[in-house]
Amino acid sequence: MIQFQAVHKQFPNGTTAVHDLSLDLPEGGVTVLVGSSGCGKTTTLRMINRMVEPTSGTIRVAGKDVTEQDAAELRRSIGYVIQQAGLFPHRTVLDNIATVPLLLGWGRRKARARAAELLDTVGLTADAGKRYPHQLSGGQQQRVGVARALAADPPVLLMDEPFGAVDPVVRTQLQDELLRLQQELGKTIVFVTHDIDEAVRLGDRIAVFRTGGHLVQCAPPEELLARPADAFVADFLGAERGLKLLSLTGIAALPQGAAPDGGRWELLRDPAGKPLAWRDTDTDTETPVRPLKGTDSLLSALNESVASPTGLIARVDEDGVLTGVTDRDTIHDHANRLHVTASRDTLAADDADTLAADDADAPAAAVAVEAVEAVEATKGGGPA
Amino acid sequence: MYELLVDLGGWLTGPEQWSGSDGIGVRLLEHLQYSALATVVAAAIALPIGLLIGHTGRGAFLAINLSSFGRALPTVGLVVLVFLASGLSMTPVYVALVALAVPAIVTNTYAGMAAVDRDVKDAARGQGMRWHQVLFQVELPLALPLIMTGLRLALIQVVATATIAAYVSFGGLGRYVFDGLAQRDLVQVLGGAVLVAVLAVALDLLLAGAQRLLFRHRAPATA
Ligand SMILES: Nc1ncnc2c1ncn2[C@@H]1O[C@H](COP(=O)(O)OP(=O)(O)O)[C@@H](O)[C@H]1O
Ligand SMILES: [Mg+2]
Repeated sequence: MIQFQAVHKQFPNGTTAVHDLSLDLPEGGVTVLVGSSGCGKTTTLRMINRMVEPTSGTIRVAGKDVTEQDAAELRRSIGYVIQQAGLFPHRTVLDNIATVPLLLGWGRRKARARAAELLDTVGLTADAGKRYPHQLSGGQQQRVGVARALAADPPVLLMDEPFGAVDPVVRTQLQDELLRLQQELGKTIVFVTHDIDEAVRLGDRIAVFRTGGHLVQCAPPEELLARPADAFVADFLGAERGLKLLSLTGIAALPQGAAPDGGRWELLRDPAGKPLAWRDTDTDTETPVRPLKGTDSLLSALNESVASPTGLIARVDEDGVLTGVTDRDTIHDHANRLHVTASRDTLAADDADTLAADDADAPAAAVAVEAVEAVEATKGGGPA
Repeated sequence: MYELLVDLGGWLTGPEQWSGSDGIGVRLLEHLQYSALATVVAAAIALPIGLLIGHTGRGAFLAINLSSFGRALPTVGLVVLVFLASGLSMTPVYVALVALAVPAIVTNTYAGMAAVDRDVKDAARGQGMRWHQVLFQVELPLALPLIMTGLRLALIQVVATATIAAYVSFGGLGRYVFDGLAQRDLVQVLGGAVLVAVLAVALDLLLAGAQRLLFRHRAPATA
């Protein structure tokens, strides 16, 4: 969908922002460009919609060289969201969202109707449409920014640190909603951030950049975490790399058994079958339980198994009804195996790099084991 | 002193002063007409310059320094100069008034354009606006409060200075000042001056009020 071919960008002042970049972004899915500040992510992004012209090389969107298209028309066909939203302060929220449809000549009525529809899509009330941007919170402004980018239903969406300026709670909320939206819309999204956690959460692919505009590695998050291409990437991924990998994997595949019956511990359920708490029949005390769905992560399963007095996690279906339990050992086994498989998959996919892979393989597995042990250690000697 | 004030009051309120072909009513209209025409011509010259400098960012030095140049300009000297060159007509008066008004408009227009958030301009381009769409749909509306301030300042200065029309034998409220001076009629001089001052202040308040009403929904930072 978006192709970079030997793209190079040097600014007039001599700064090389992007160095010989070749990268293919397939249609659909979120590609996250990540790296520390000043490593050329924004420049890379802005070359896609010609806000920056490359010094050399070719960029194609949907097979067409962007420099052969009229810049304004190209930009109208690509959604663009920036940090601080960049909303027009003199226009109502509704008119802000209607910007591109109006530029495309849809007419005021149709453009406004579309904008009103999008308010709902991004989780804003119809009432917000009549307000001015400065009357909204930072998080709401970002939603308007996303709505504005989506207004003409472009196949490609460029997002430059869109959630960088909002507080962590709102950021998580906005990330969740972007994921939900993306499930519905299936756009090709290029997302820039310097936050590796955000990258891991949102990315179907993560491209790691290094200062000077060098692309170091582009891989799905699981592969990146299991097998960073070099020490720079490993360092960038941080000390909790193993835990991050666990946070990416769902527990749907984990085997489950029946809840214990007649022993010391009893799993209390409500009439609908939703788990409530573990009851210790010896002392007649209860410990609340947080049941997990198949979409919950291995990391949260690990966490729950540690917090659970029985070492068992309660598994539920979509409606929250108990389906069974899984024990701590099964979760540990899975966590360990995950790291090994993730590494091996990449090995098979890329034999040219075997040597580097061997190097990276060991630390990945080590981190995973360490992580499991760390969690286990914090748990101490509870009842088995 | 007290007597003078009483005389002044009498002069200003006497019904015979307000009517007739050289009454205050007619002089006031003449004065407004000179001022309005000069300001409109000045705006026609200054606005494009200010917008161009603001949009391109080139020539900012000129825009910033034009205002101090404007203050230093000797208005009466200019009238005499153009008068000598062009003979007796309103032209020298208009040239002087326009020259007086242009700097205030250019400087404020430029300041308004320069104050538009870079991110907003960038977003406008990024959504696919062409340069003229960025200028007219984003920069101009956002700079408008300051542009209007520039126009208001220019108009006030012009109103205060349009008395010079009378200096070269034309009308306006300056008539009373120059006639009064010639006739050593202090009350008339004062009356003319007070009328000019009141007109200027009234216009200033009126336009400032209109501005506030017009931009009431703006964020405090841009209003
Ligand atoms: N317009 C510009 N002129 C000169 N240098 C620039 C310009 N834009 C960005 N740069 C430089 O290019 C490098 C990459 O910038 P950028 O792409 O914004 O990085 P990032 O988005 O990863 O923080 C930085 O060193 C930055 O200072
Ligand atoms: Mg950036």
